[in-house]
Amino acid sequence: MLSRTADSLYWTGRYMERADFVARILEAALRLATLPAGEDAAASAWAGALASAGAGQAFAASGRGKPTEASVRDYLAFSPDNGSSIQACLIKARTNARSVRTALTVELWEAINGAWNGLADFGKPGRRDDFVRFLEWVKGVSLAVEGASSRTMLRNDAYWFLRLGAAIERADNTARLLDVKYHLLLPPGERVGGQLDYFQWTTLLREVSALTAYRWVYRESVRPWLVADLLVLNRQMPRSLASCQGMIVSYLERLAADYNRRGPAQRLASSRLTEFNEARIEDIFQSGLHEYIQRFLKENNALAAAVHDQYLV
Amino acid sequence: MGAGEVRESYRALDRWLKAAPADLLSSRSRQAELFFRRMGVTFAVYGDAESNERLIPFDVVPRIISSGEWAQLERGLKQRVAALNAFLKDIYGAQECIRAGIIPAEIVLTNPQYRPEMQGRRPPGDVWCHIAGIDLVRTGEDGFQVLEDNARTPSGVSYMLENREMMMRLFPDLFAEHRIHPVDTYTDTLLRTLQAGAPGSAGDDPRIVVLTPGPFNSAYYEHSFLADKLGVELVEGTDLFVNDDTVFMRTTEGPQKVDVIYRRIDDDFIDPLTFRPDSAVGVPGLMAAYLAGNVTLANAVGTGVADDKCVYTYMPEIVRFFTGEEPILKNIPTWRCREPDALKEVLGRLEDLVVKEVGGSGGYGMLVGPASTKAEIEAFRAKLIANPGEFIAQPTLSLSTAPTLDDGALQPRHVDLRPFVLTSPGGVRVTPGGLTRVALKAGSLVVNSSQGGGTKDTWVLDD
Repeated sequence: MLSRTADSLYWTGRYMERADFVARILEAALRLATLPAGEDAAASAWAGALASAGAGQAFAASGRGKPTEASVRDYLAFSPDNGSSIQACLIKARTNARSVRTALTVELWEAINGAWNGLADFGKPGRRDDFVRFLEWVKGVSLAVEGASSRTMLRNDAYWFLRLGAAIERADNTARLLDVKYHLLLPPGERVGGQLDYFQWTTLLREVSALTAYRWVYRESVRPWLVADLLVLNRQMPRSLASCQGMIVSYLERLAADYNRRGPAQRLASSRLTEFNEARIEDIFQSGLHEYIQRFLKENNALAAAVHDQYLV
Repeated sequence: MGAGEVRESYRALDRWLKAAPADLLSSRSRQAELFFRRMGVTFAVYGDAESNERLIPFDVVPRIISSGEWAQLERGLKQRVAALNAFLKDIYGAQECIRAGIIPAEIVLTNPQYRPEMQGRRPPGDVWCHIAGIDLVRTGEDGFQVLEDNARTPSGVSYMLENREMMMRLFPDLFAEHRIHPVDTYTDTLLRTLQAGAPGSAGDDPRIVVLTPGPFNSAYYEHSFLADKLGVELVEGTDLFVNDDTVFMRTTEGPQKVDVIYRRIDDDFIDPLTFRPDSAVGVPGLMAAYLAGNVTLANAVGTGVADDKCVYTYMPEIVRFFTGEEPILKNIPTWRCREPDALKEVLGRLEDLVVKEVGGSGGYGMLVGPASTKAEIEAFRAKLIANPGEFIAQPTLSLSTAPTLDDGALQPRHVDLRPFVLTSPGGVRVTPGGLTRVALKAGSLVVNSSQGGGTKDTWVLDD
């Protein structure tokens, strides 16, 4: 396969995943902002949404002033000067997909192209209920794209690169989501373990469609370290860091088998998976969840760079 | 044939339409548009920033050609394209047609599309123009005439194929009632044509690629469509590199040798080391690999000289000279503005004529006298006087029309026809059908998709 084709598939996977993630962040922020804790909670919800999307600094530099519901919604969902806005992600996913149409099935292309056509139909919904419908639609798009790829694509390198991009992006997203909640979200003066704190953790679980899953797994009320356990180490949870790492390893190994050659990306990915297998959440908390996540993000980026060097140029 | 009469080949369609519900065509037409949009079958229009991708309007009423008409057409196309290839072989070889006085030397040798790099070269099997698209019009009852030859990178074949798919989806019963030659043999024939053109060094299973300028090119959809149907990689210039006069593509498994390039990039842009140094879509060193005989380009470099509109005016003589036969397909009568008498006549009646740049294409840079304002005509007159050698002129033709859906009713609209002709060392083949372009505005003669024309499916009956 052409390196450029692999690169476009990989980024199609990443951008579709990112669009879904940003939609979930915005949904959560809408929920958090309705909390009775007053304006502080609302302000911190919208600032937290920016931080989770990794867009805090870029937003500040864009001259939009203090984050408000209107400005953050617009920036994260529609702004063309934010390269990770939902709209920008769907456009870039489609541009990448269009440049490799021959590697896609008709069904997958229609799902991606349909998302692009849908953007024009939605416009920029101003009313909150329309905006929520828009976010629902974005999540539906990523389900349609993932469904089309999983149901119609040959299991060859094209599929592995598409999924690999999505898995690396998802690992990055989960890690940042957890970090923001743990580190930034609670306004000064609010008690850890207080009502706001509790509500934020449950919202976080909702964001990754895991609130019910949490209850099934732990049969307890929501506790921060168990949420962290679920999102970091639990292999049944498809968005956990360990699950993402497992998927990354399996896609890379399929590529290695197809091409009959392992390389630095495979070696790096499997050594990280081994660490996950041995990790315990108590130890992670002991040495600091924030530090742990920062290291994970750095290594995840190093892995992305290794994939790039090995296959995409 | 008088207005309102039904041509023999359209009788069955006419009966069927009369029996169909009144709004059937309109609703099918909407269905087609929806489907094309969903599939992203789009065409980019240069200089149209607002909508850089748009659909080519598709007319659901087919254009129908009888088997008798087609048989004549096919013979004419084979003869003409064989002559085109023989002409190219000759001007880059012995130049006998110039010595015999068939065509003035300066028209060939000072033509910007003539490539001195190719002088004395012989591509595999002496095939220069693997893929040609010949634009035809019908004026009256005496059959088709050639409007222009496209011997560089003719486009539109994806619409021939997609329009047929669409029609079979929309009107299955019509296909049951007519016996229509299939067009989807085109891609198989194209693949065999490209394989047959591979250099001797390529082995039994030559690696073929389609080279595109990229997603922003107006015909990008077609490039990706063809690569997909051929089952070969669609590459951009940056995907290829040349090492030791051999072309490779960059893949996830390392460099792989390339044997045949179906290139959809003009000569000027294929290699910045040989042609335009500012080209960002080409491959540095490609010409060296080509001249070393390590890779085949389809079409060959230098074929543009054969579709120059001034060379066109010599085609009847060229056909006679190389085939020893009378041309089966006639040219449209054409004035060469480089000749003083012709220029004088053209300047005297610009408002009646169509004037074209000899090297132009796509309907850009032409004057359609009857459709232009006085000011436009005068501006064009100045250009023409300054550079008469750059232009040819043709009468405004009474182009034939075909029934076309407009606002829910069938209306006569002007059409042309571009069949696609493939040449391999084994011979010349024509797919029965082609791209019918239709001027959607009443009275308009301009069918180019870049100028708002539409397309139709083209049926060749097997009766």
